[in-house]
This record gives sequence, C-alpha cells and structure tokens, in this order.
Amino acid sequence: MNLQEKCYDLRKDVVDMIMAGNGGHIGGDMSVMETLATLYFKVMNISPENQDDPDRDRFVMSKGHCVEALYAVLAAKGFFPIEEVIEKYSRFASPYIGHPNNKLPGIEMNSGSLGHGLPVAVGMALAGKMDKRDYRVYVVLGDGELAEGSNWEGAMAARQYHLDNLCAVVDRNRLQISGNTEDVMGEDDLEARLTAFGWNVVQCDGNSVSALEDAFAQAKACKGKPTFVIANTTKGCGSAVMENKASWHHHVPTKEEYEQIIKDFAQRKEALHE
Amino acid sequence: MNKIPNRAAICDVLMQHAKEDKDVVVLCSDSRGSASLAPFAGAFPEQFVEVGIAEQDLVGIAAGLAKCGKKAYAASPACFLSTRSYEQAKVDCAYSNTNVKLIGISGGVSYGALGMSHHSAQDIAAMSAIPNMRVYLPSDRFQTAQLIEALLQDEKPAYIRVGRNPVEDIYTEENCPFVMDQATALRVDEMFVRKHGETGDSQSEEAQLPVAGRGFLPVKIEDVAEGKETFDLVIVACGEMVRPALDAAVLLAGEGVRAIVLDMYCVKPLDVQAIVKTASQAKGVLTVEEHAPFGGLGSMVSQVVGEHCPRRVVNLSLPDAPVITGTSKEVFDYYGLNAEGIAQKAKELLA
Repeated sequence: MNLQEKCYDLRKDVVDMIMAGNGGHIGGDMSVMETLATLYFKVMNISPENQDDPDRDRFVMSKGHCVEALYAVLAAKGFFPIEEVIEKYSRFASPYIGHPNNKLPGIEMNSGSLGHGLPVAVGMALAGKMDKRDYRVYVVLGDGELAEGSNWEGAMAARQYHLDNLCAVVDRNRLQISGNTEDVMGEDDLEARLTAFGWNVVQCDGNSVSALEDAFAQAKACKGKPTFVIANTTKGCGSAVMENKASWHHHVPTKEEYEQIIKDFAQRKEALHE
Repeated sequence: MNKIPNRAAICDVLMQHAKEDKDVVVLCSDSRGSASLAPFAGAFPEQFVEVGIAEQDLVGIAAGLAKCGKKAYAASPACFLSTRSYEQAKVDCAYSNTNVKLIGISGGVSYGALGMSHHSAQDIAAMSAIPNMRVYLPSDRFQTAQLIEALLQDEKPAYIRVGRNPVEDIYTEENCPFVMDQATALRVDEMFVRKHGETGDSQSEEAQLPVAGRGFLPVKIEDVAEGKETFDLVIVACGEMVRPALDAAVLLAGEGVRAIVLDMYCVKPLDVQAIVKTASQAKGVLTVEEHAPFGGLGSMVSQVVGEHCPRRVVNLSLPDAPVITGTSKEVFDYYGLNAEGIAQKAKELLA
C-alpha cells in the first residue's frame, strides 16, 4: 500500500476519533491529511526514536484545530497507539485534547490560537542557523488563519534572516467556518503577496502525495530564502458527503453519513490501487 | 545618587553569561536602546535577534528559539509586551512551557508624560493570571542582577518588569540578601535614624542614604514568627515602590512607629509565608505598588491576609483611571506614592 492509499486509512482513523469523541474539525482534517502524511513519512526525520535528537526536523501545527489528523499520523509513526487515541480523544482529563499539546510525545509546541505557529517556527529555524545544525522546520497553517496579522510579522522576519531552513505550508482549502475564504477575507492573490514578502512560493495539489513531495524538494533546494507551499486542497477531501462544504468545518457525522463516508474512503482507495 | 537603571544591570548580567554560554540570546523589538541592550547587541551580534516593531513576533520567535535550547530574553516596553503579545505569552511561553524570559522595560508610569498607551499599570494582573507564568518586579540594581542570575539557572517562563529610571540603591554589592522566590524583609536600624536625625534629613547627604546594612537591617522571618522582632505595621512593596516604602519606614521610625518592609520582588509566586508570619504579628498591612488597584500586589496580599490572618489591609496604588501625565516622580508625588504619602497612609491605617 502506498502512502496515497494509506491516507484513506488515516482518514478513517480520524472519522472514528471524531465519532467516538463527538467532536473535531473534520473538514480541515481531511484536507490536510496528505500534507501531514507526506511530511512525516517522506520528508521529515522525526520518529519516536529520535524525538530528543537536536538534529531532528521540527514540526509546528499552527492550524491546531486539525489535531485529529495529526494524532492519526503520529499514531501511524508509532508515537502512541491509535486505539488509545480513539478511546480517549476529547474525554474528561484526556491527554488527547482538541488541540496539540506538548505533554504528548511527538508534539513540540502547544497551539490552538491561530497565527502563532509561523513566528514560533521562525524562532526554531533561527536557532538552527545559530547552532549551524542542518535540521529543517515545517509549519502548517490554515488559509483562513492567514488573516491573523502575526503571520505577516513572522513572514517578514523569515525573509530578513534568510531562513531557507524554514518551510511553511498553507492548507488552501478555500473554506473557513463562515464560508468561502474569498467572501470572509479574500486572499486569491496569495502567491503574489508571499512573493512580495520575499518568500519562494510553490503551488501544488495538496491532496497528492507525489505533488507534495515534489513541492518539498523544491523548498529544500531553494537557498537564501524561506519557502511557502500553497497546498491547494479540498476541504472534507475523501467523500462527497463532506467535500467543499463549510458546514463540515466541525460537523460530527450522523450514523448514516458515517457509513457513506467510510464506503467512499474504501472506494477511492480501491480506485488508486487499480 | 545612583545613575544606573535596573535595565542596565540586566544587560550586564546577560553579557557576562553570553560570553561563556552561546545559548543566551536576546531579542528586541526596535527596543535595544530603551532596554539598555545595545551593548549586548554590539558585543554578541550572533546571539541577538532584532524583530522590528512586532511584539507578537518577538515573543513567538523567542518561544521557538527556547524550544530549540536557547535561553531567550525578549525585551520590549512593558506596556506593549504585556498587552500586544499577551496571547503569545500565554500560549507560546506559559502553556508550551518554553524557557522565555519576558523583560518588560519602562514599566508602570516610566513613560509618564507619554500617556496611557505607554503606561503599564495592568501587567502584574495580566501576567499573574496566566498559569505557569511567574512575575518579578526587582527593586534596585543589585537585586535585579541577583534575580537575572537566578533566572538564568531555570528553564521556565517568567515576566520581569523594570522601570526606566535609575532607582536609589536599597542594597549594596556586598549586602544584597536574596533567596529566589522569597521576599526580603527589612526594618529600620533605629540607631541610624537617631544618629542622622528623626525627620529623614539623612537623605540630603548622598553618602548617608540608608542602604541594607547601613540604615536598614535584614529581618529573619523565623525571628518574627518567634516574636523576637516587634513592630506595628507591615509594608509590602514591589519594584520601584520598595525604596519609598523604606524611606517611609524611616519617617515612621522618627515618630515611634515600627514597620517591617517586605521587598516582594517575587509577586508570583508570592511569598505567602513571609506575609502571613509578619502580618500575624502586626496591627495592619499596607501594600504599595506602581499598578492599577485591581489584580496586583495589593489584591494578592489582601487575599492572603484575609485567608490566613485577617486584619486591616490598605492598598496604595495608581487609580483605576487614566494616570495623570508627568515624570515618574511627579506622578508618584501626585498619588502619594512617595515616602511622605506612604507614611501618611500608614498612620491612617494604624489610627
């Protein structure tokens, strides 16, 4: 099974988590899945074995509300058992809460408030430069999140310090809780904006593992400035029940919806295999 | 007359450590001059990060650096640091438990003439309300140096507020009793007061300004608990208010009122033992702070005294209103946050 196929199994883990915990940000979990899977399985040198190694790559989940997708990927990497996550996610006093927290193995920084991840990642990348370590820093943001001004402060600093060891990814699914990003606070000129801020910008199909791999390779090859990957994705990706519907930002599927979603995942996975 | 502000003492200590420890890093938001950190930036450019006028970025970047092993000291005017980057302080520093020390410079009404935008009369309340955030307001340059030395030894976040102007010395290089997270208790040496007149005239002679060991005597909290020290009043002060609180104690001593002054530089974690053990032996407690009346030192001390040893507590602070503009001294004098005002309030409390 290749990683693109595996993403459908990970999606099922997420949906099971959300059903069991009766909550979660399902739409963004689905759109960001390939980004996380590609980073953790193809790009970053992060594993339970090297989680204290100062030379490990660093990852920050700025769109922290999509922690369910991160839990599924970290569990697949062996940081904790997925059964435990599904059993405890969102329950009273659980370590598996609705946003990343660094009491769990594999998570560097707590998040939840939007607009925090990029400045933090800038600090991590600066530390790498200061110590002449060659680790890379990855941060994943939501597109709605880009309305937070702090991102643009971080974007300026990353350019100022030529942080070519920093790669930011925006999960460009074009929807946020109130509707279309272009209606809420437009950003269709995102590539031009980021370019004007001095970043190398790479656009790709953010639900394609191979396209993402290529984008991350381009990011790594770019010297002298940071790279922003605009991962063009589909919110709710994986099932027509959820796809491109703002109402699925944090909808919990009904039993009927659940069954259809799982059926759709299996069909799409099967289609990839053929 | 001391000419060295506490912020310069911070720079000195950080520079001493930066020589040996490349993980000591300083961040500024176009504030290296006002933070007295330009010498650090000049001497250690590789360990200095300028982020521009962007306080959210300042604190977020500091947290990222700290997460990768750096001892990050982020310095910015307290008015901005404690409000504009409040969420970064909460999430990226306190919640993520990163080794970031937030240095709020020109705190309180240091920028008195610049208006309310530049006053930070809310920072103690704001920062103290965050779990895992410590709050320190050192009183003079010697204690500031000791505090920074202690903070360099731990890996937890903290907020430190210092003022812009030099503060008259309370301690000396040789005589600066300091135990991390314990208030320093001082009382007036009555021999000294008698020798130098009973009205505080001694202050006119620079050489005779009372300091710890020469005018003020350290008090052991255990001696208080055992009844070996007798006094009427406890004055609890922090930051720039400790010096006028001590000067008030001298004035009071001249009138036969004995006060113990707690230099509560550790506002959080508050030294509850020192408060309870001294307040239990006193008729009343007076708190003095360069802060709004709510959520600061006075509120915290009142809570402690109310729970453990109920008696009268009076809080002397800035008002719950835009603070009048002027130099720090003019503002302090206006609100009675000076030796005479504190002594007057103490007498009212005991009356």
